[in-house]
Amino acid sequence: MSINKTSTSPEDQVAGNPEAAAGAATAVDPRLLVREQGFAGYITEFKRKLKAGDLGSLPVVVGLVVIWAIFQSLNSNFLTAGNLSDISVAMVGTGMIAVGIVFVLLLGEIDLSVGSVSGVAGATFAVLSVSHGMNEALALVLAILTGTAAGAIHGFFFARVGVPAFAVTLAGLLFWQGFMLQVLGDNGTINLNSEGLVAKLTTYYFSDIAAAYGLAAVAVAAYFISGYLGNRRREAAGIPSRPLSDLVLRTVLLAVVAFAVAAVYNQYKGLPLAVVLFLAVLVITDFVLRRTAYGRKVYALGGSVEASRRAGINVTLVRISVFAIAGTFAAIGGLFVASKIASANQGAGTGEFLMNVIAAAVIGGTSLFGGRGRTWDALLGVLVIVSIQYGLALEGIAAPVQYMITGGVLLTTVVIDAVTRRTQKTAGRA
Amino acid sequence: MVHVSATPVLALRGVSKRFGAVQALTDVELEVHAGEVVALVGDNGAGKSTLIKTIAGVHPIDEGVIEWEGKPVQINKPNDAQNLGIATVYQDLALCDNIDVVGNLFLGREIRRRGVLDEVEMERRSHELLDTLSIRIPSVRIPIASLSGGQRQVVAIARSMLGDPKLVILDEPTAALGVEQTAQVLDLVERLRERGHAVILISHNMADVKAVADKVAVLRLGRNNGVFEVKSTSQEEIISAITGATDNAVTRRAARTRGESKK
Repeated sequence: MSINKTSTSPEDQVAGNPEAAAGAATAVDPRLLVREQGFAGYITEFKRKLKAGDLGSLPVVVGLVVIWAIFQSLNSNFLTAGNLSDISVAMVGTGMIAVGIVFVLLLGEIDLSVGSVSGVAGATFAVLSVSHGMNEALALVLAILTGTAAGAIHGFFFARVGVPAFAVTLAGLLFWQGFMLQVLGDNGTINLNSEGLVAKLTTYYFSDIAAAYGLAAVAVAAYFISGYLGNRRREAAGIPSRPLSDLVLRTVLLAVVAFAVAAVYNQYKGLPLAVVLFLAVLVITDFVLRRTAYGRKVYALGGSVEASRRAGINVTLVRISVFAIAGTFAAIGGLFVASKIASANQGAGTGEFLMNVIAAAVIGGTSLFGGRGRTWDALLGVLVIVSIQYGLALEGIAAPVQYMITGGVLLTTVVIDAVTRRTQKTAGRA
Repeated sequence: MVHVSATPVLALRGVSKRFGAVQALTDVELEVHAGEVVALVGDNGAGKSTLIKTIAGVHPIDEGVIEWEGKPVQINKPNDAQNLGIATVYQDLALCDNIDVVGNLFLGREIRRRGVLDEVEMERRSHELLDTLSIRIPSVRIPIASLSGGQRQVVAIARSMLGDPKLVILDEPTAALGVEQTAQVLDLVERLRERGHAVILISHNMADVKAVADKVAVLRLGRNNGVFEVKSTSQEEIISAITGATDNAVTRRAARTRGESKK
């Protein structure tokens, strides 16, 4: 477009208008509440955010700590390195699918078909690689593309034909489940090669101690450096930047968490491959959503479809692509689930699985009303869900109670979401 | 009216538009020059919104010619209008509440640096843009939801200025605003004119029209009903053109109140 018509290079503009650049840096509007310097400032800001309903991930983190404390008091095996490591590997399948759901929820829509699509991907991979002897890598790619195609079909009917997403994906839920049963055929269950590529997804651990610590160190360093360079650029451009103390505090917090997690893994089998892949997916999707024009379009659609259309965004294309992304992550998650049980069976992706996935995304803090949330929410949410499952299983509590508890947690979360949204509206932040 | 050029930036010649059995616009003529504010007035259903939507490319015209800087052009899509240099600020639904001011200003035309959003450059240019238009908002990094109605309106108008358009269309920019905020928006309209933009302003408020417009184009039942120079025209004349007669509810009321005050 024509922005470049007016723009000269940044240097020229700053040179030509030094007062404006300096003014922008110093002038702070008196109406804007600025955090006071020092530690007391954090507390007052926190109180204000609490009142405005701008809590971020705090309720989930608190909830997770409470859940862990309860299960630990019931059974001292809960917070062992082995159990925590198992939880984190088991959560990857659900978590991957929840990442796709976050994309859909950001639009303010819902995808009910992801469970069935994940089953289809597992079945497709098993049939192609085991029954037909296809190369595993090729079968893996085809299985994932099946999910992409299924999602794109849903997206087409929703965005192009105009059927509500709820109805389209409800139809998809049934269709893809039938498709999976058809693909699996009479056998019902196909066992995967336990030394194969997909089986390795959840069974491979980087047993070298250096791997987990190294990854933690790299993550912390990358976080600090990107934050520091960003601040430097902002200062150079003469616009407000976060104080260095803020960045240091965040980095220290991240370092504590990262090294604690690494230490836990190293007490057991080492750093699980599944977790590395999940973290990579979270970093990449978060980057796409928050730092690229595509991500901005997704958020814009969640905010106002009409405004997005008028801004020249291709609404149909973005919608179809988001459903295709949801389908792709459903397929990837389905492969992790199949890997965990080392087989593709008729029960994959059915029952409470779908509810768990959606609950994970919502519990993490992604709004059902669209436009608010991050893919990292999926990590926190799925941690809560899988922790509850494992904790109850350790206690030997049967499925009916598990369902009721998970249902209760989900209800609590959506209540928090609805109430937060109302408080945010009155505080002018929604 | 600083310097009005001879060739109008935009000229409509005999434009007609039908929706099914409804003839929304019939042979409408309109001219806008650079550095000129043209107010488009008319009663509800007069065709004001339809007219600006044909210019903005939302509804393609059925008959007639649209001339841009003297040359006939086709405007079939919103993009066509944007590429010509027409920016439209709609009354509502123009901003995303969940995105901050910078994000909204650059929505659909984000600045990228190696494929990634260049937030620093966008924020710097936002400050610059808001400064040149003398717009004061608390912070460019707060979501639109935190702003007042007037602030949202000036942000929406500022956004239309990013592409450096030749023509800006404002659809009832002061409709929902208070006294102070209306004044801010009218100031902004005057600054647009000073900077040489052509402006089409839709308004129901005669005081606003008298305050900033150079010309008033009246639509009535989808047809032209006169173009007036604001300086040499009384409010009554404009109102009678809008309602279609000298004898109407407004003039009767005016006469009555005048009579009452004499008693």
